[in-house]
Parts: sequence; structure tokens; C-alpha cells
Amino acid sequence: MAFFLVFIAIIVVIGFYFVSIYNSLIGLRNRVKNAWSQIDVQLKRRHDLIPNLLEAVKGYMKHEREIMENITKYRSQAMDASSVGDKAAAEGLLSGALGQLRVQVENYPDLKANQNFLALQEELTSTENKISFARQAYNDQVLFFNNKIQMFPSNIIAGMFSFKEEEFFEIEDKAEKEVPKVSFS
Amino acid sequence: MMWELIAANKRKSIFIFIGMGLLLILIGFTFGSFYSPDNGGFIGMFFALVLWGILSMVSYFAGSKILLAVSGAKEVTQDVHPQLYNVVEEMRIAANLPYQPKIYIIADAAPNAFATGIKPENSAIAVTAGMLGTLNRDELQGVVAHEMSHIVNRDVLLMTIAGMMLGAITLMSEVFTRSLWFGGGSRYKSKSSDKGGQAQIIIMIVAIALAILGPIMAQLMYFAISRKREYLADASAVRLTRYPDGLASALEKISGTNLDLKTANKVTAPMYIINPLKKKGMQISNLSSTHPPITERINILRSMTQGVNFANYQTAFNQIKGRQSVIIPQSGLTDNAKIGLRSTELSQTSFETGKQVKREVGDLMMKLNDFLFINCSCGIKLKVPPDFKANSITCPKCGRIHSLFN
Repeated sequence: MAFFLVFIAIIVVIGFYFVSIYNSLIGLRNRVKNAWSQIDVQLKRRHDLIPNLLEAVKGYMKHEREIMENITKYRSQAMDASSVGDKAAAEGLLSGALGQLRVQVENYPDLKANQNFLALQEELTSTENKISFARQAYNDQVLFFNNKIQMFPSNIIAGMFSFKEEEFFEIEDKAEKEVPKVSFS
Repeated sequence: MMWELIAANKRKSIFIFIGMGLLLILIGFTFGSFYSPDNGGFIGMFFALVLWGILSMVSYFAGSKILLAVSGAKEVTQDVHPQLYNVVEEMRIAANLPYQPKIYIIADAAPNAFATGIKPENSAIAVTAGMLGTLNRDELQGVVAHEMSHIVNRDVLLMTIAGMMLGAITLMSEVFTRSLWFGGGSRYKSKSSDKGGQAQIIIMIVAIALAILGPIMAQLMYFAISRKREYLADASAVRLTRYPDGLASALEKISGTNLDLKTANKVTAPMYIINPLKKKGMQISNLSSTHPPITERINILRSMTQGVNFANYQTAFNQIKGRQSVIIPQSGLTDNAKIGLRSTELSQTSFETGKQVKREVGDLMMKLNDFLFINCSCGIKLKVPPDFKANSITCPKCGRIHSLFN
């Protein structure tokens, strides 16, 4: 009888242990999803900021028509893109064009003194930062989640309930990778 | 990774909780037995625990509010300092924290910052106006990342528990030593009988020793935890920003000033990013300081050239200190993913003159005092005092009329 009770107790403890692993896996997967949605939020915010930015610089930058047209073009491409690949490519081009704009701002001292423009510039810088930090947080989460799935004993539970490894968010576009090494000042 | 550090921190909280708790009970017991040898020990213990319980309850439920009120911090919205707001949000995203901490500004010219909040849900980050004026964007990001790490690592909870234990121990010792002066001794004399005399003297000696040594021991424990937390927060901050130079140069800048933060005191000092109370002309000894030497923190950060994960910080720490000391719990070091440094400075690194800094701090003080700021499209900034009565204001440069209703 005593032996039987001990046996039951062991089963119950193991059961609880498995449930807690399962729950932590669910929690981690949700964190991965949340991190992913953060990237989307910030990309959308960048799209919203661009018309204001162009409006602010229009009066000053007479000679940069081409860059501004490119920004408009890539923005609408990124917004219309349906597949993730297209979207990533367009966002990459958009980042590159915005980088070029920043370089050119250096040539317009009046623009750099404009308070409206400075406020917009802060918003844009911050949004770019948020995009890269969101991406970084997402990759951190994915790394942690994938480690959990591969390691013993959580890999047993992961296998039983078919948790799949998540993919890292890598930057593929070259233009995106080479954010120009230029600072506003 | 972060989550394992939190778990390690929780375990450590329990450990310190027990250690300081035992000291507290011991002190209560001895003081109690001193007054009444028969059963006073248990009454003393009971009193000690009740005192600590009350202190803990108060600090748990109202601790951050009290701290923020004492330091004179004022909660601000995004428009008061958009950059600070943005940087906090960036770090929240980097830490993947679901809740945005509230943002406070302290109207003081001494550059400093602290974080508070037992739970991340109701956390807050407070920064002085002096800090916002002196630092550029990358440096501010480093500081905010350091504070965000305190929140993420649950350091506030740990420091609150330890702080209240320290408070209870200090308070009891104080009351005890004072009561000795005012007639405690006479009561002891009247009660002492021939056979109890010997034991009474021993208890008295132990009680006096504890009254003197207890607070010192508790304080050293408290400071030791505090210093370790600072290193860990630095390591986590670097991991969040991927940019050790930002925090390093922020620490350089704020250590260069010799302004004391007027609203800080001994109790709140460990909460700040650097020690707000500088004892001028006195060498602060290592054991009794709440913060690690700032030059050491800077050197560690500056020598992180290989990568920015926790193992890299530990390596840099050992290299600078010339000895092995566990800063990052072992579970954190398994995070061996190679994390490179951020290659570019993302933000502006403008060279600011002293005059610009003063103007920025002045603007901030005005905003805190409900001045209205309007950016005119001609590029200048109008500063409208709160007692300005008219409905609209005309720009002195271009003549545009701005309505004041919005």
C-alpha cells in the first residue's frame, strides 16, 4: 500500500513538472510572437512619419528631388507588399534612401536649425532604433525558445506537442546592412 | 539569458531574506532577554518581526511613491522631453518588456537617474534635468538601459527587502542604545538577583555588541548586494544597447561633475546610477560604498571590444579587477551566443557647448513648470509662460499667429 502511494506521488510530481515545462514553452512562444508584432508596429510607424518628413524638407532641399521620389516610391512598395520577402526588400531600400537623405541634410544649415525638422528627425531616428531593437529582441527570444526546444528535458514535451523552432530575422538586403556611417550634427 | 538571471535574483533574494532575517530575530531575542530574562526574548523577537513587517508592507505598497515624492520627481508626458520618452521606449522594446515604465524628471542640475517599482507593471524611471542636458542620445540610451535592467532583473524588489531589514535592525539598535542611556540600566540593576547576575551580564554584553555591530553588519551586506547589482545592471545594459561606449562615456561625463543631488539621502543613495552623495576630500572605502568605483565601471565597459554578451562582461571584469569574482550568475554565462557590437552610432553626436547645455536644462525646467512650447514653421521656438492670458500669440520673427487652444 505504502509502495503504491509513493508510486502515485512520483507520477503526480512528474506530471506537474511536465505541465510546468509545457506552460513555460507556451509562454516563450507567446513572447516570440509579441516580439515579432513589435517589429511590424515600428515599420508601420516609419511609414506614417515619412510624409511629414518630406513635407518638412521640401522647402529647403531643392536639389534632392530624386532621393525624395525614391523614398515615396519605396514607401508605397513596402506598404503594398504582400509577401514577407517583398516587404523586407522594400523596407531595406527605404532605409537606404532615408540614409541618403540624412547625408544630404548636412548641406542645409537652415534645415538643421529648424525646430520642426529636429523634432521629426528625433522621431525618425527613434523609429529606426526601435526597428533594430525590436529585431534584436525578437532574435534573442527566438534563440532562447529554440534552445529550450532542443535541450533536455523540455525537448520531450516540445516533441510531443510539436513545437517548432522559430526562424531568426536576418537582414538580407545589402542596402539595409550598410546603413551609412553618418551622424546628424 | 535575462529570464534565468531573474530566477537567480529571486533565489538570492530569498537567501538574503533568511540571512538578514536571522540577524533581526537574534537582535530582537537578545534585546528582549535583556529587559526580561524569563520570556522577554520571545516578545523581543515578536516585536522585531512586527516592526519589519510594517516597514515591508509600507515599502511594498507605497515604496516607489514615497521614493519619487522624496526625490522631488515629476511625472512627464512625451512632449516634455520626446527624446527621453523615445529612448525609454526603445529600451523597453529591446528588453521585450510588455509594460512601459512611467517617466519622471527631477528638476536638479546634478546628473543622475534611478529606477523604481517592485513589479515591472508599475515601474518608473526618473532622470534629472542635469542628466538630460549633459548627455547625448547614445549616452542617455546607455543610462536608460542601465535603469531598465534594474527593472527587468527585479533589483528593486531585492533592494527593498534588504533595505527594510536594514531599516528594522538599525531602528531597533537605536532604540535599544537610547533606552540604555535613559534608565534601561537601572531596571536591569533592580531585577538582578544573585544567581541570574552572571547570565544577565553576558546577555547585556551580547546585546550591546549586537546593538553596535548589527547595523554595521547589515549595512555591509546591503552595500555588497548593491554593488553587485550595479555591475550586473551595467552588463545587462550593454547587452540591450549593444554599445558599451554609450554607457561608458555617460559615466565619464556624470562622474566629472561635482554637484550633489539635493534631494538624495543615505537611504535612497543606492537607488541611483551613481552615488548622489560625494564626500568631498574623503577616500570612500570599498566596503562601505553603495556603488562600485566609477572609473572601474568605465574601464570594464571600455575594454569590451570582443562582444557584448554576459560572458564578455565577466571577462572584462576579471581583466580589470585582476581577480575572479562572480558577477554574472553561472546560468547567465551559458548564454554563449556571439553578440557583436553595434557597428554604427545610430544617433547624433553633436558637440554641445556649455551654453547650449544650460539652455537645454533651462528649457526643461520651464516645461516642468507648465510653460507651453510652440515650434513655429519659420524654425524658431516660442516659450509661453503658464500665466499668459491671451488666446493667441504672434511669432516675433515671421508674424505667424499661433492659437493657444489645443
